[in-house]
Amino acid sequence: MSEPLLSVRDPLLSVKDLRVSYQVGRNFVHAVDGASFDIPRGSITGLVGESGCGKTTVARALTRVIAENAAITGGQILFDGKDLAKIPEKEMNALRWRDIAFIPQSAMNSLDPVYTVEYQLDEVLRRRGGLSRKQSRARSEELFEMVGIDANRLNDYPHQFSGGMRQRVAIALALALDPKLIIADEPVTALDVIVQRQILDQLKELQTRLGVSVILVTHDISVVAYICDRTVVMYAGKVAESGTMQAALTAPSHPYTMGLRNAFPDLQGAASGILTPIEGAPPNLASPPAGCRFKPRCPFALDICGTEPPVIEVAPDHPVLCHRAHESAALRIESAKTETWMAPA
Amino acid sequence: MNMITKKPDVLVSVFDAKLHYAVGGAFAAMRGKSTVVKAVDGVSFDIRRGESVGLLGESGCGKTSMGRLLLKLEEKTGGTIHFDGEEVGAVRGSRLKKFRSKAQLIFQNPFDAINPRFTIRQTLAEPLENADIPKREREGRIITALELVKLPEPAQFLDRYPHHLSGGQLQRVVMARALILQPEFVVADEPVSMLDVSVRAGVLNVFRDVRDRLGLTAIYISHDLALVRYVCERTIVMYLGRIMEDGPTEDIVREPLHPYTKALVAAVPVPNPDQSHDPLPIGRGAPDPRNPPSGCVFRDRCPAAHARCAAEIPQPKPVGTRTVACHLY
Repeated sequence: MSEPLLSVRDPLLSVKDLRVSYQVGRNFVHAVDGASFDIPRGSITGLVGESGCGKTTVARALTRVIAENAAITGGQILFDGKDLAKIPEKEMNALRWRDIAFIPQSAMNSLDPVYTVEYQLDEVLRRRGGLSRKQSRARSEELFEMVGIDANRLNDYPHQFSGGMRQRVAIALALALDPKLIIADEPVTALDVIVQRQILDQLKELQTRLGVSVILVTHDISVVAYICDRTVVMYAGKVAESGTMQAALTAPSHPYTMGLRNAFPDLQGAASGILTPIEGAPPNLASPPAGCRFKPRCPFALDICGTEPPVIEVAPDHPVLCHRAHESAALRIESAKTETWMAPA
Repeated sequence: MNMITKKPDVLVSVFDAKLHYAVGGAFAAMRGKSTVVKAVDGVSFDIRRGESVGLLGESGCGKTSMGRLLLKLEEKTGGTIHFDGEEVGAVRGSRLKKFRSKAQLIFQNPFDAINPRFTIRQTLAEPLENADIPKREREGRIITALELVKLPEPAQFLDRYPHHLSGGQLQRVVMARALILQPEFVVADEPVSMLDVSVRAGVLNVFRDVRDRLGLTAIYISHDLALVRYVCERTIVMYLGRIMEDGPTEDIVREPLHPYTKALVAAVPVPNPDQSHDPLPIGRGAPDPRNPPSGCVFRDRCPAAHARCAAEIPQPKPVGTRTVACHLY
């Protein structure tokens, strides 16, 4: 597989041909099978895809916190002159929280229910950050203020917070040591729409103010459209296309992204709009189809799609993994028609 | 007392329905600390035959409780609910059995709703057995139901187990099970929230299609206005057990009237880079069902709240095509 043809200049993080496999019984499932993308400094990148596409595995591989039965089997994760795929665990561990922080999907999973929130902040600030007790308290108060929670709630336990507030606490925790990169795995998926919006606004405001880069793992292209500068679309363990958010959403060039766009309801769109599903289901990654993995569901598939698709740059900084990427403008017009997506016999 | 005269075009009529739970348990009661959670608190609406109504709201607003009351899966603690002219609370015995076949629930999570040890045939045969449908008719009705939800080549699925099916296929089976007794009324509780986007659209289209073909009356419970809009011509917006606004979905989307609905509509992200990033017209914080504010339950987050909102519960008022419970109107 190929490298991104155009790298944004001087990216913070550069993922090249990353491969992560899970061992399931005697089989290997290649959950991430050659993913390449760049994360520019000071940006929010949406890593989007459906369940099982490998987005969470990529996110976890970047911090090397992956399942027992998983391993990074190839590729590079270049961050600050280091290859995170190869550095010793000790060195990796020193980067966690300090340089790369993680916000999990359910904040309840990142917070320990038997300790107060302050204790948990303190653990990061003092153990990892080397702050004194007094500095740690001051920083905790500052962090709570940043995420809009009253500092007198520092001594509360996680269960005493609402879901939205817990997510704010998780954000405070991630920001504790001023990391360069925050990886947030579906940070608002479990929240109601109003709280979701408030958390996204908060995240965006802090990201802009602090200049940190964020990777937002999500299945929701509306969230990407709302908050992200860039997007990486994954399908079945591979990056289907990547580029600026505008490019990927207004000029989607991989048939999968086009289909995703049609399947999404748009509250600003016409009331009579029809949602068009993508027929079928993503492939089983234990035995993926030969060639393009989207071929079985793709209305534009040709015979050539049975062979490994190339990465074609349809525009600067917009690589697309598709044999027909050079025709993407024409395919986009076809893709807007519901008939195009009717089940191929 | 509310005297319901049977209106021929109304299938479901809810008047001042309440569902109150005591929470806190015996120890809290001993300390005088037990509280009552008003999951549904004085809700009234009618649903006409063939109408599709969205019950919209955030978690804890009482939308699921309301749906369960309508199906008599929960006993109301006040008010009246009439189904086809008959008080649901009083239905017993063989009449209850009949009611159960006429009013059905489509579950949220297909993986929980279906017994993993049952084949698809067994899953679909169960309601037929319960309704005393003769054995020889069952297979045919199972196939018909699966065809109705557009599972291709239904016969091939009959002896499979749920784990052989994809999420989208399984949700169609859940739908087929709800429809197999030819109900008049279905309550769908977030039926696509567990599904991936590319698959979700297909299930929603089947739902719309089946509803139109069978002339079903439907309640669609969801927190997602964009999905409700896709399925329902009318929407009821709930907040902390009460109805805030009730009216044609398109009017609510275009021009929400209640301050809560305004925030809700503004909060929905759209798959389009060109969208408003204005701050939401709503205070921070989350609704606390154990301790709702006096008067209007929304007033502590409402940007338009004034003295009257604390003193007096706003009653639903007709405003144009809609009913709105707010002192601004």
